[in-house]
Amino acid sequence: MARDLLLEIGVEEMPSAFMGRAIADLKANAQKQLDDARLSYKEIRSYGTPRRLTLWVQGLEEKQPDALLEIRGPKKSIAFDQEGNPTKAGLGFARSQKVDFNNLEVREVGGVEYIFVIRKEKGNASTAILPKVLLDIINSLTFPKSMRWGYYHTRFARPLRWLLAILDSEKIDIRVENIKSTNETYGHRFLSSGALPVKDVQHYFQVLRENYVILDQEARKELIRKQVLDVADAAGGHPMENEDLLEEINYLLEYPTAFYGQFSPSYLEVPPEVLTTSMIEHQRYFPVFDNQGNLMSGFIGVRNGTDYSLDTVRAGNERVLKARLEDALFFWNEDNRKPLVDMVNGLKEVLFHERLGSIMDKVERLQTLAVAIGEACSLSDAATLKRTALLCKADLVSSMVYEFPELQGIMGRYYAIKSGEKTEVSQAIFEHYLPRSAGDILPTTESGKVLSLAEKIDNLTGCFAIGLKPSGSQDPYALRRQAMGIVHIILDSGLSLDLAALVGKAYDNFADIQTDSNRKDTISEVMEFIVQRMRGVLLERGYSYDLIDAALAVPSNDITDISNRIKALQDLRQSEIFDDFMVVYNRCHNLSKKWQDDSINTQVLVDESEINLNRSFNLIKYDVYRSINAGDYLGACKMLAGLRPEVDDFFNAVMVMVDDAELKAARLGLLKAIANLCNFIADFSKIVV
Amino acid sequence: MNFQEIILRLQNYWGKQGCIILQPYDVEKGAGTMNPATFLRALGPEPWKVAYVEPSRRPTDGRYGENPNRLQHYYQYQVILKPSPDNVIELYLDSLRDLGIEPDKHDIRLVEDNWESPTLGAWGLGWEVWLDGMEITQFTYFQQCGGFDCFPVCAEITYGLERIAMYIQNRESVFDIEWVDGISYADVHHQTEVDYSHYNFEVAAVNTLSTMFNLCEEEAQKIAARHLPQPAYDYVLKCSHLFNLLDARGAISVTERTGYIARVRNLARLVAGEYLEQRKRLGYPLIKDEELRKTLIIDEEVL
Repeated sequence: MARDLLLEIGVEEMPSAFMGRAIADLKANAQKQLDDARLSYKEIRSYGTPRRLTLWVQGLEEKQPDALLEIRGPKKSIAFDQEGNPTKAGLGFARSQKVDFNNLEVREVGGVEYIFVIRKEKGNASTAILPKVLLDIINSLTFPKSMRWGYYHTRFARPLRWLLAILDSEKIDIRVENIKSTNETYGHRFLSSGALPVKDVQHYFQVLRENYVILDQEARKELIRKQVLDVADAAGGHPMENEDLLEEINYLLEYPTAFYGQFSPSYLEVPPEVLTTSMIEHQRYFPVFDNQGNLMSGFIGVRNGTDYSLDTVRAGNERVLKARLEDALFFWNEDNRKPLVDMVNGLKEVLFHERLGSIMDKVERLQTLAVAIGEACSLSDAATLKRTALLCKADLVSSMVYEFPELQGIMGRYYAIKSGEKTEVSQAIFEHYLPRSAGDILPTTESGKVLSLAEKIDNLTGCFAIGLKPSGSQDPYALRRQAMGIVHIILDSGLSLDLAALVGKAYDNFADIQTDSNRKDTISEVMEFIVQRMRGVLLERGYSYDLIDAALAVPSNDITDISNRIKALQDLRQSEIFDDFMVVYNRCHNLSKKWQDDSINTQVLVDESEINLNRSFNLIKYDVYRSINAGDYLGACKMLAGLRPEVDDFFNAVMVMVDDAELKAARLGLLKAIANLCNFIADFSKIVV
Repeated sequence: MNFQEIILRLQNYWGKQGCIILQPYDVEKGAGTMNPATFLRALGPEPWKVAYVEPSRRPTDGRYGENPNRLQHYYQYQVILKPSPDNVIELYLDSLRDLGIEPDKHDIRLVEDNWESPTLGAWGLGWEVWLDGMEITQFTYFQQCGGFDCFPVCAEITYGLERIAMYIQNRESVFDIEWVDGISYADVHHQTEVDYSHYNFEVAAVNTLSTMFNLCEEEAQKIAARHLPQPAYDYVLKCSHLFNLLDARGAISVTERTGYIARVRNLARLVAGEYLEQRKRLGYPLIKDEELRKTLIIDEEVL
């Protein structure tokens, strides 16, 4: 008969950020341990609140199936002597397995004969195996950070305080450190008291419900979502959508009650980003917007408990937020007392990196690099770019950004506007940090694009120059994200620029700094790194890997050009000339692969087919070059594909590898020349037909 | 409940839980954790239960007495329970009940907060405790101190006394807290906040302070070399405070900063090592269970 297993791991309040993974791991560990123990089941579910992780196995078989164990002993030649009698080694094996030597079997494994014990193992009752299985499940849970407590050596996310383990109504005895399992659970920390006996699995769920614990994280989350929406609705607004915040709150409580709190509308003069950051980051409140999308002077908090004495809770939270907003208002007024440009001087005292100098040093580098980039892609003008570069980091020394680091750039834009800077400059100050994460918006102003590129190229070049390259999962300076940002900005705007030259300019800005990597190596490493990210970006956009690799095989410092070639290859593959082109390329390339010289001594060509091929090739050659230079790669491919009849005739008519060395050289030279011309566009040998 | 009563109630409560009620340590420090009754006693195998008020100085937080929530000098109430008892959170919640804060009438949360002190080479995991959205307590299980693993692990409970008083008395400014009848927090501390802010930000002599830092560092090393951990530790504390003063004065450049922190940490580590050695030499006198003490000493000799 199948039974229900329940394990509850009682803990002190777990970090909310750990919970999602812990709940998933609990289920996965249980699956693995039960499978290893040959215990079958119908379904496994796992749940979690801040104070508990719960595993529920439904339909667990009462017994393991019988198993046939085959235990391999020594080789037959070792187990028996020449007369066919058992040796010491053979007898020893039998003794160790507690079987009579005559009951051993000989079996062949990989052409060698061994002696075997074949033993039928009676399946054990699940109750006998479960204690070990449960302990293994608990011990295989890992967390991003774990700790010890008291006199114990066990590590867990937070101290373990109780264990409940039952099979239907039967207690399973396990022990972790001083905690012995029982059939008792605990309810809500403040709305329930003492140990609560549990009769069976269904009763467990009932007991928790009655004691203000909503165990199922999904049900709890939806309840919070609904409560928050209802409260916002009653206040005449709608809450900010924020799944991360909802997820975090969900693991901060066992029984939610949402409530609406208010603050003085006078704080609304502070930029909304500041108010919402304070509400979300400091207090875990949902900001509320009216139907016009304006921030309202209210917030939604979610309490861990019922609505008992909710007014006290509301008043307390309102008072705390008021103090926070008062601080924010103070910072806002303080920062606005002087123009943004006055903050620039303070950047000398802010460290960028101990080996790469202060932020002020960085600002000076950005000024020259931004002007160079602006010139290279004809965006913005030197004066605007210099001004933007000068001001783009100034908000780092504002009181507001000191308090809310995530508002960098956003505050800079506000302060620039208040200081009367040009709109282009103010907007570019905000945009130079973009994109801040995968999928984030990209800069839209010309100066914003240039500054964003300058910022990222400077970061990459500086870090690579002093050996701070990302490795494996380690990327503390988020260089991968920044390289992706460079790729997105360039491709999105179709900017054509010599990226390697700009990395070189960025490197020259570090002239006063002791670097670990020289100019040439740094440029090639940074380029390689960016191109790798570009490969990822293009794969994500749906281009197939072989086309990407074919185009990347032709080195270029202009990633827009690389991207255009990949697009042309995609078009080529979908066009009716694709087969013709690949025949031309493959026939010419395959035979001339190992031949280096693409000069053709036309004097020695004898056959009509080769003379024709050479003539046709000469007719299109310069047009192909021109098309390639103009970026019309598909046009170039079309012309080359047109050689198909001549190429086919040639291969039907002549043998290339003839004894006449001069003739052979001329024929190979012709094929090589055609293949090389194709290779200007991409390495077509990488294309999977 | 006035400020004084809050302190007296906590003293009384933790005294009943078997804590030694110590008095504040007489060297300037940034937090109760730096008191040797925490920093040193958290090390090694000996049990230790202590509670005390700690006047704490954070020169950079001074606001000339004009900000209702920030002070350069404030009070922490510090409790150390080593090893951490199984019911430590219940004990803490009972202390709140003793202050008249009934958890079921409020919203009390334990929100993950991991504590780290780079200058002390110490870190631990735990929570900040929220009372209706306000942080009133820092709760930490010490994992390392002075670069050494803590075993057994102690629980550190640090109450923000002014925050709790503001809550209980329903005040919006720390200066309006009633200390005793008719005497406010402002009466006791406002002028000193103003004076110290002037001193910390404007008057403190940078050259003198950095010379003092160097002298104290040298002194700490000399004393540690003579195997006198606590006198040596006094000079570590002085270094730490001098560093904070130089920082408030804006005298420490960004590049120098990490250097100063590393220097204090190295001293803290040195002293922690000396303290551990000394307790071992003394045979761990705080372990009152004779059997346990002997096995522990034998175990260590075997190791």
